[in-house]
Amino acid sequence: MSGWLSARAVTVVVLLAALALLPVYVELGGSRFLLTLFTRIIILAMAAVSLNLILGFGGMMSFGHAVYLGIGGYAVGMLAHEGIYSGFVQWPVALAASALFALVIGALSLRTRGVYFIMLTLAFAQMAYYVVAGLARYGGDDGLTIYKRSQFFEPINLSNKTQFYYICLALLYASIYLVWRIVNSRFGMVIQGSRSNDTRMRAIGFPTFRYKLTCFVIAGVLCGLAGALLANHTDFVSPAMMYWTRSGDLIIMVVLGGMGSVVGPVFGAIALLVLEETLSGITEYWQIILGPLLLLVVLFARGGIDGLLRKVRYA
Amino acid sequence: MTLFIEQCLNGLQFGLLLFMLAAGLTLVFGIMDLVNLAHGSLYMIGAYFAATLTAWTGSFLLGVAMALVGTLLVGMVLEVVVMRRLYGRDHLDHVLATFGLILFFDETVRLIWGPAGLSLPLPSWLNAPVQILPGVYYSAYKLSIIIVSLAVAAGLYFLVMRTRVGMLIRAGASNREMVGALGVNIKLLYTLVFGLGAALAGLAGLMQAPILTVQIGMGEIIIILAFVITVIGGIGSIRGAFVAAIFVGLVDTLGRAFFPDLLRMVLSPAAASTAAPALSSMLIYLLMAIVLVLKPEGLFSAGNK
Repeated sequence: MSGWLSARAVTVVVLLAALALLPVYVELGGSRFLLTLFTRIIILAMAAVSLNLILGFGGMMSFGHAVYLGIGGYAVGMLAHEGIYSGFVQWPVALAASALFALVIGALSLRTRGVYFIMLTLAFAQMAYYVVAGLARYGGDDGLTIYKRSQFFEPINLSNKTQFYYICLALLYASIYLVWRIVNSRFGMVIQGSRSNDTRMRAIGFPTFRYKLTCFVIAGVLCGLAGALLANHTDFVSPAMMYWTRSGDLIIMVVLGGMGSVVGPVFGAIALLVLEETLSGITEYWQIILGPLLLLVVLFARGGIDGLLRKVRYA
Repeated sequence: MTLFIEQCLNGLQFGLLLFMLAAGLTLVFGIMDLVNLAHGSLYMIGAYFAATLTAWTGSFLLGVAMALVGTLLVGMVLEVVVMRRLYGRDHLDHVLATFGLILFFDETVRLIWGPAGLSLPLPSWLNAPVQILPGVYYSAYKLSIIIVSLAVAAGLYFLVMRTRVGMLIRAGASNREMVGALGVNIKLLYTLVFGLGAALAGLAGLMQAPILTVQIGMGEIIIILAFVITVIGGIGSIRGAFVAAIFVGLVDTLGRAFFPDLLRMVLSPAAASTAAPALSSMLIYLLMAIVLVLKPEGLFSAGNK
């Protein structure tokens, strides 16, 4: 409805371009820390984009999405621990493990709706957390240090910070594009239709369970990829990656950015993590500000950042 | 055999403790249709209040009683200030808003009490083991937890099913407007119910405090188990929460105690000791999965939602 030059479209283009130009700014004398911070933001934005596919478009309120960050991360960490460094092995294993986990817990959880679904996904993610925390061989509670990042063929070197940043950014853009394509496909229409009225969709003849399960697995795989990236970014994996409060962080990113908007979660991830960084610079007790702030967003700004941008049409 | 009886009692005690938490959670959900993740924060607050007030008054019972009243008040204030605005909204809103509350409560506790944990020492008359069967001794404190929890469960049943307030609570759960139209102050009723749930959580927290350390994040760990219980029991059903809580308490405790030994019969000792901690923590989640495959609405679904 709004034209190409709406405030929202301009913001999106400027944002995506700014992210692409960030390393140039760092080379020209910006802080190196900025590059590390934004690599993290981009990876978590990717996780949030994948969560948005099921939460925003599919209406599936998963409260255990961080579990795939952990699974993807541990796939890289465990294989590295066993001396297998090739990314061509590590990454496919990360994706396959995430897919398998999503398939199993999705098949069980999607039988239920509403609060049951929230609590089931939450509980299964906690189960994975405790299992990983119990694996003494891989560090248990203390986590596992990764001494060598995933190895690919020659020019690609994940230890080069700028190169790694661009790889993460490219994968983020690719996942945004993928989600956008899914949402606008026939498959995506069925998913969104099922969010509005599942009974009617089934009455028309769509086996919505299978559609939703497929969607749930796709989101899990995308987040598993983000997990593999995160492990390479921090050179460390620990059960804390998939603790339930991390799943909460991902939901905050999606809602803060704007649910059901393809780029919304990117706004949300940037807003949340930059806010955390700023507030923790001001006071040690920054969560005392973040908590109530979150409450206010829920009570008064449900559309999130994307919703606000949609309102400023002629600005 | 002695060990088995002791572990069964431990399981029962843990289950009853979980029931206190799950009862508040399921009460608030069943009546106000509110998902409260911050329920674990009230558990934590109860424990912190008890540790501080016991040290301050020098009396365990006085400290505990004051802590209970304190948690009740915190719960009621929370309902009036925040929760009231969330009724009738999407469950996702509840999840997010109460997640924000967790951050707030954790940080406030850290600000007031500092990052180090507290301990709640027991008075000597609760610290001695008592003989429950000829030759079988059990901790007097854990036994008193079992007795208190059973009394609370019975009291709760009586309150909800046999009193006028309970009747109003049940009526409010099925039709809020109609009860209000008949001249009942439904807002006050909801505040009281939320306060009751908070006090139950606080009671669970302060009873657990002498066994474990009082620390930040203690609520976040246990609240997941309370969720598992409400899901297994059927959300909104107190009876279901009771059955599921005992079941989960027993399975978890006995699983951790005896599962490694069972595993050793099947696997080599080395493999068993590696796999046991991971597998025994999975048990209750497997249990939940099985229940939900058979009955997706839980064992005792409330039915009015």
